Amino acid sequence: MEVFVIGLTIFVLAVFVGFEVITKVPPTLHTPLMSGTNAISGITITGALLSAGSEHTLLTTILGVSALVFATINVVGGFMVTHRMLDMFKKKGGRS
Amino acid sequence: MSVNIINLAYLLASVLFILGIKGLTSPRTAVRGNTYSALAMLIAVVATLLDKNVLTFEYIIAGVAVGALIGAILAIRIEMTAMPQLVAVFNGFGGGASVLVAGAAFLEVMGATQGSDLLAKAGLAPAQDYQMLIATAISGIIGSVTFFGSFIAFAKLQRLFLEGAASFPGQRIVNLLVAIITVGLGIALVMQPQNVNLYWLMVAAAAILGLLLTVAIGGADMPVVIALLNSYSGLAAAATGFVLQNNVLIIAGSLVGASGVILTKIMCKAMNRSLVNVLFGGALGPGETTVSSDDVYEGKVKATSGEEVAMILDGARRVVIIPGYGMAVAQAQHAVRDLMNILEARGVQVEFAIHPVAGRMPGHMNVLLAEAEVPYDKLREMDSINPEMSQVDVAIVLGANDVVNPLAKTDPSSPIAGMPIIDVDQAHTVVVIKRSLSPGFAKIPNPLFAADNALMYFEDGKVAIQEIAQAVKEQ
Repeated sequence: MEVFVIGLTIFVLAVFVGFEVITKVPPTLHTPLMSGTNAISGITITGALLSAGSEHTLLTTILGVSALVFATINVVGGFMVTHRMLDMFKKKGGRS
Repeated sequence: MSVNIINLAYLLASVLFILGIKGLTSPRTAVRGNTYSALAMLIAVVATLLDKNVLTFEYIIAGVAVGALIGAILAIRIEMTAMPQLVAVFNGFGGGASVLVAGAAFLEVMGATQGSDLLAKAGLAPAQDYQMLIATAISGIIGSVTFFGSFIAFAKLQRLFLEGAASFPGQRIVNLLVAIITVGLGIALVMQPQNVNLYWLMVAAAAILGLLLTVAIGGADMPVVIALLNSYSGLAAAATGFVLQNNVLIIAGSLVGASGVILTKIMCKAMNRSLVNVLFGGALGPGETTVSSDDVYEGKVKATSGEEVAMILDGARRVVIIPGYGMAVAQAQHAVRDLMNILEARGVQVEFAIHPVAGRMPGHMNVLLAEAEVPYDKLREMDSINPEMSQVDVAIVLGANDVVNPLAKTDPSSPIAGMPIIDVDQAHTVVVIKRSLSPGFAKIPNPLFAADNALMYFEDGKVAIQEIAQAVKEQ
């Protein structure tokens, strides 16, 4: 139970931090916000690494490797495309 | 010791994630912010590889290589106009990963205990055990809904099928039943974890739920769906964090969850509809159309041409362009940028008025205009431009419809009643670029098109803008 309460505490506090920070993101950056946070949700990659590398059973390894592929697509693709988008915003930032 | 180092690395990663999102509060710091987030992810990955449970690296290297290759190709090759689809796909993969990780973790624990007396053999305290099982069920359900919902959203956005809202009789009851079955299977799983097949049954039921929920939503409601799926993918990751008792997963997941919830709220507010209405209302309901399009348009619509618009623009000092989904479809963002440059060279003030739900995802128009190198300080939000609309000489509506429909303010029985709109009707002259008089997503006529100060330019968005630009240059 203790572990759960600690986890829940972290969860609730993180949600509040998220609300505070994200409310200040301007509408212009809403798409990069989505693709960027989406890449962050690929944090499941850490769990996938544990499953893929733990040599438990064949089935869990298969599940782990599949999860790893999915999560890596999410992480690598997400951060790269966000970077591509934000570069476009930056380019014209100094002008006008 | 080593466990502490790993956890400290996770803490560092969590802090960097928060700083990364904080960077997104301004276009100037956004690239740095994204770099922080990526660095955080790298730290989390490296720390995880130090975990003593990671024994083999062959599969890991293979998995990462395949995933990184696919992700990089998608990210580099995607057209900016296809960004909503890509975000949907990435969301789906995130959700799918959560389902698989939770499933693998669940099988590992069950495998270690060989069936019935889970508690004793696994050496877990009962409460902790339930926590793990409940989190597994939640992770599986949300992840599966996200995965399958996202791929339906992708298919709709890619216009593969069912672009509109598909509905069938008894839809709500069927959805409710499937939802009850899904949750029921989740509860059964928690009660009888030795029956591991229950996990996959539950995931399958959640898959059907994800398909049903998304298939019923179409077109202009897509921004809400995308934002909501974004939130789900975060919550699924957070739930997986509870399964693995991993803090960085919980923190990162809840940040994403919060982001999606906020965007969902903004989108719903911009349509003056509740989330429940968007999710279960179908295509804005049947809507008793009190106004027929013939009454609204007959004999009052004035068609125009590129030359005429150029003549009107000649005397204008202030021009506002209102882009909508039509601009994305026509890929007209570069043509619009050219027109802006030509007009500005003649001393005309040009701005863009962006409705929050214009396009198919939050910030859709902003990204397209950024791609065309329109400076972001020229993009005005609805609330800030509306009070100045009466001082605008020419408003050019480019592929937008419902978001400029005055019926939202004048007709309380209209399906878009109360939705905040961009008050283009206040401008001195309104030019509407649209291929026909066909209604928008709300399926209602738009009296703006028949207004005294409005001119209709029936043409593809890109062609129309190019013709106007050409005519202005020739003056």
